[in-house]
Amino acid sequence: MWDFIVERREQIAYNTFQHFNLVVQAVVVATVIGVALAVLIVRAPALQGVANALSAIGLTIPSFALVGLLLPVFSIGAFTAFVAVAFYAVLPVLRNSVVGLQGVDATLIESARGMGMSGFAVLWRVRLPLAWPVILAGVRISMQMSMGVAAIAAYVLGPGLGGYIFKGLAQIGGANAVNYALVGTLGVVVVALLADALLLLLGRLTISKGTRVA
Amino acid sequence: MTTDLSKAPEPTDSSGSTGSGGSISGAEILLEDVVKQYPGQKSPAVGSLSLTIPAGEIVMFVGPSGCGKTTSLKMINRLIEPTSGTIKIDGEDIRGKSETELRRKIGYVIQGGSLFPHMTVEKNIALVPKLLGWDKKRIDERVDELLDLVSLDPGRYRKRYPRELSGGQQQRVGVARGLAADPPVILMDEPFGAVDPITRQRLQDELLSIQRELRKTIVCVTHDIDEAIKLGDRILILQEGAQIAQYDTPEVVLGAPATEFVADFIGSGSSLKQLSLARVSEVELRKPTTATVGERVADVKQRAEAAGDRSVVVLDERGRPVGWPWLRQLKGDTVLEPTEDLVNIDLRSTLNDALDTMLSSSHGGAVVTGDRDQYLGVVVFDAVTEHIRSLEEEARD
Ligand SMILES: Nc1ncnc2c1ncn2[C@@H]1O[C@H](COP(=O)(O)OP(=O)(O)OP(=O)(O)O)[C@@H](O)[C@H]1O
Ligand SMILES: [Mg+2]
Repeated sequence: MWDFIVERREQIAYNTFQHFNLVVQAVVVATVIGVALAVLIVRAPALQGVANALSAIGLTIPSFALVGLLLPVFSIGAFTAFVAVAFYAVLPVLRNSVVGLQGVDATLIESARGMGMSGFAVLWRVRLPLAWPVILAGVRISMQMSMGVAAIAAYVLGPGLGGYIFKGLAQIGGANAVNYALVGTLGVVVVALLADALLLLLGRLTISKGTRVA
Repeated sequence: MTTDLSKAPEPTDSSGSTGSGGSISGAEILLEDVVKQYPGQKSPAVGSLSLTIPAGEIVMFVGPSGCGKTTSLKMINRLIEPTSGTIKIDGEDIRGKSETELRRKIGYVIQGGSLFPHMTVEKNIALVPKLLGWDKKRIDERVDELLDLVSLDPGRYRKRYPRELSGGQQQRVGVARGLAADPPVILMDEPFGAVDPITRQRLQDELLSIQRELRKTIVCVTHDIDEAIKLGDRILILQEGAQIAQYDTPEVVLGAPATEFVADFIGSGSSLKQLSLARVSEVELRKPTTATVGERVADVKQRAEAAGDRSVVVLDERGRPVGWPWLRQLKGDTVLEPTEDLVNIDLRSTLNDALDTMLSSSHGGAVVTGDRDQYLGVVVFDAVTEHIRSLEEEARD
């Protein structure tokens, strides 16, 4: 196993980085989309039921199936993988953002308006910062989930560690089958832990001391 | 019922709370036939309210729950839009400007302070000045000035977050934030509703002392008639649907309630309530023996015994009272700084509040302080009862 890794270390390192890269980019885009959608949804209560239903249904679509469905639309390659990962990544962020934004004390919002803050200022300086801890928790879930989805997206030749897993599966019984599968899986776990640590750090840096628990 | 504006009482300077001090910086507020009908409700929450709130005065809105106090208040800064009617500040229709522009010139203070938990004290206070585009230096100076004004040490509290403050301190910051951009008008909705009675009394005293200096126009909602009597230059007593039951000075409301409803609302003991109008400054203070921290105990005892006192008031080096021990409690060579907290009352406190403090003191009195907590003397029961008697005699004549 060790030899297997050492022989391919450059390629493994590259793929690990690619995996990380794909997930982070997809989650960043998903966060922007999720939060933006949440802001719209919170504004129109009628949309809330629709949004909840959609995100519940969305999460039940097997990622493998989604990747398959996307293929005819976007051709094979990294972009399809990105779309698939981002699609799932939006859902937890969206859900948490809605909960977080709704959880902001109405008297604080009124107080902000009463002081003469514009609608945008209330959103940017009061509602989003107060909802941020909950949103960020959603981003963490999203990031973890996306690690697995990204591995599956390797089926359409997306970048990352998923390729090793598929290689291992394809060669079952062969000399390096287990090695491939293991490297792929462990790599994903390591990247996931690393990404989670980064998000924790981001939380430390961005969640106000005044609202941080403990 | 609509009030005839011409009948609105003349501003009186005898109410004592804002009688002296700085020049008026507030603006007059005028409500004309203001109606608010919430959709889907049979009767309007506010049915044709007409009212003049004179510049530089504190007007208290009181009335039973649901009578439309908050609704009336929020129409002044357009958090609620009236269904019909006109509101003018300083002669200008409030619909003439954008909502945000209007609100930046109106301080807004609500229960508990409603501070933003993710911002420091400093940032909370600086919000409106920032919206108005003040430069950093001016904002910094203003924050310090305001913290001083509400008796919070800037060095200690500037960088704290709201959750690191007590309820009373949060409320103080809330008041400071409302005053930040020096608005001519301040709206308050049950500002002291969420703090304990002692803190409330202190905050009320502070508000009065701030108002003596600033002379803003303050509209304050409360459901506590005693608070209304204490703080208000005028009291607006509202009935269901924001019908005016009476709008007058506390003296008149207490002395001549306009209707049965008002009399009921004030409740019994209106002569006791007069105590909320009389100030400690009106009664004679006693001057018991004082001692300074660090003085020799033997000297102090000798002085006290010569004067026939069984207790002494201990002052710190800056003349602020810190303790009120009995002689037998003075031990050791020199007078030490006492450990227990001495509850002082301000010279401008009401007799009502003074009585409260006196009742909880083993001396049957309370230590009185003036500006910057300087010691002035001691108020005792006898002096208060004497004063009540003279008030009653005056009333009879
Ligand atoms: N947003 C709203 N929508 C519908 N009705 C409302 C709304 N806000 C207040 N009301 C109704 O309007 C009336 C007056 O309410 P308001 O909040 O002004 O009362 P209040 O005098 O401030 O009472 P309290 O002392 O309990 O705070 C009440 O009957 C209330 O139920
Ligand atoms: Mg109210």
